[in-house]
Amino acid sequence: MESKINRYSKQLILINSFFILAWLIVSVFPFIWTFWGSFKVKADFFSRADWMFAVTGVNTLIETGDTSTVKAYVESWTEGEFWKATMNTIIITVSVVTISLFLGTLGAYALSRSTYKYTFWILIAALIFRAMPHITLVSGYLFPFFQLNVWGILPTTIIVLVAINQPFTLWLLYSFFKTVPKELDESALIDGCSYFQAFRFVIMPVMWPGVVTAGLFSMMLAYNDFTVTSLLLNQQNYTMVPKINAYLGTIEHSGNYMWAVSSVVSATAPLFMIIMFFQRQLISGLTAGAVKG
Amino acid sequence: MPHRTFFWFFFPSGLAMLLFIGLPIISSFFQSLHIEPEQILMEVEKCDPFGCKTETKVDIEATTKLQEEQPLGRFNGLGTYGDRNHLAFDEIKEAWTNSSSMAEFTDILLNLPFYKALLFTLTFCFAVTPPVVVLGFIVALSVNTITKSLKGPTIFGVILPMIVTPLIGSLVLFWMIDAKGILGSFIQFLFDDPNLSLKSSSQLTWITLIIYGIWHNTPFAFVVFYAALQTVPQDPIEAAIIDGASRYERVRHIVIPHLYPVATFIILICLMDNFRVLEPIIGFAAEGVAQSLSWMIYNDLRSENKMLFGSAGATSMLTIIGVAILLTPVLIRTWREFRTER
Repeated sequence: MESKINRYSKQLILINSFFILAWLIVSVFPFIWTFWGSFKVKADFFSRADWMFAVTGVNTLIETGDTSTVKAYVESWTEGEFWKATMNTIIITVSVVTISLFLGTLGAYALSRSTYKYTFWILIAALIFRAMPHITLVSGYLFPFFQLNVWGILPTTIIVLVAINQPFTLWLLYSFFKTVPKELDESALIDGCSYFQAFRFVIMPVMWPGVVTAGLFSMMLAYNDFTVTSLLLNQQNYTMVPKINAYLGTIEHSGNYMWAVSSVVSATAPLFMIIMFFQRQLISGLTAGAVKG
Repeated sequence: MPHRTFFWFFFPSGLAMLLFIGLPIISSFFQSLHIEPEQILMEVEKCDPFGCKTETKVDIEATTKLQEEQPLGRFNGLGTYGDRNHLAFDEIKEAWTNSSSMAEFTDILLNLPFYKALLFTLTFCFAVTPPVVVLGFIVALSVNTITKSLKGPTIFGVILPMIVTPLIGSLVLFWMIDAKGILGSFIQFLFDDPNLSLKSSSQLTWITLIIYGIWHNTPFAFVVFYAALQTVPQDPIEAAIIDGASRYERVRHIVIPHLYPVATFIILICLMDNFRVLEPIIGFAAEGVAQSLSWMIYNDLRSENKMLFGSAGATSMLTIIGVAILLTPVLIRTWREFRTER
């Protein structure tokens, strides 16, 4: 809704376009560069002689006979067992999203409809829990998990991530359910539904926009997690992010370093695709809930 | 909603949080009161043709037995909190009496592991946040003025650094900043120094980490500011235009005051998020010169042969106290909001 008197001068438009373009380069170029470089050999991507080698692929041509190669991808996915890390990430992400949405919608619905004072204290407790650095929680998990012999396996990590994710999901869905008119489920209650039936038949059909947003954030947490997965999983069960870190541990092996580069691309690409589709939900979640921390 | 229904609706979620967030904090505290058992030494007389000598060595059998009896180690009270790797009371006292000047004392103090980590963590927090708020605001203003059809793709590009996990984000930048990477070579060319490397000195590494922090956090500030800009009332702006206010004056006196509450929100979230900085340190391989509190815990838990639960627990508790201090304003704000809502 731009009013006519609020026109921008030509000069301002020019400066503005330059600034935006510069900022876009700063935020996007590193990813394009890494994507391009992942098809080169290490001598090109980290070129001592000339950085242009990474663009032209001089050493790649010498080593493989072509200016670009998928060697790093093939090796990391087969020999480096990145397929296994991908499988683990998919299992963890899908389970975490499903379970935390199930628990979160029920809990947040109750919080938004209860008028008692304890809901406030629960929300405050959730806020405090949300602020806890994950690493301090992990330091509390390790010893009991070793004693109970549940360390290193996927289900433990899934439950832990669901729990860590709950506070944010609760806050997000709580503020979403607050925007759903109370009269909707109250009329169902008057018609003789139980609270659960009202939730199932009246609220569930209209809650999907909020659920998609909450699911997106749960997905990003589970997909991107490093602290929990790297310390709670054993090497065989590593997900993508700790796996990439593990490739870096062996710097001497020059091949492995390119495994990390190509795996970074493999891990980032699906995430970018998803965000491209759900950008609107992501932004509404960051602002509506206003409780990212 | 009756208490009973509320309980059943909330029970699964509450149980998960209690078991996996509430309990670990208590467990961490409990661990911090214990210390790893000492190895039991025994004297062995070893005889060979050249004579006999006594050697002290670790009695493995007795040590393992002790470890099985007390898996958490022996009770140490608050001892771990005061030791050299944490609050280091003795070392500070000694430095205080022995050092001749304030500078010398500060020097000794900041070389103690905990204070060194605290210094980095706080520096990182307070160096990253102000530029993030300013840049986020400028980018939001800027994106707000471009043509509608270009907004979507532009926003997508701008938020990319926030979406990737900090480890991957820092690796991507690290590979470019590497002396053999594109940015590294460019900086060498710029300063005409072929040996210049951002990894070479601790100051440069700190600056690199801070720049990374700004790069990663600005999109969040941008998104929140951008959404808030859509809610700026149009009437006062039009009135200001009629009164002859310039664009700068309109932004300064109408838009910015409208965004103050949002800005405080961003600052607090940024401080809290950056207080737990860990992944960038690993990604930039900067462990040598930049340690954060989170990194200290990570390091205690990483050691291959022996995990230092006690030490990690104590650092965790101290970190939580730090978070609590940062969190107080947020809690007060939420409390006020909730009261006005009722």
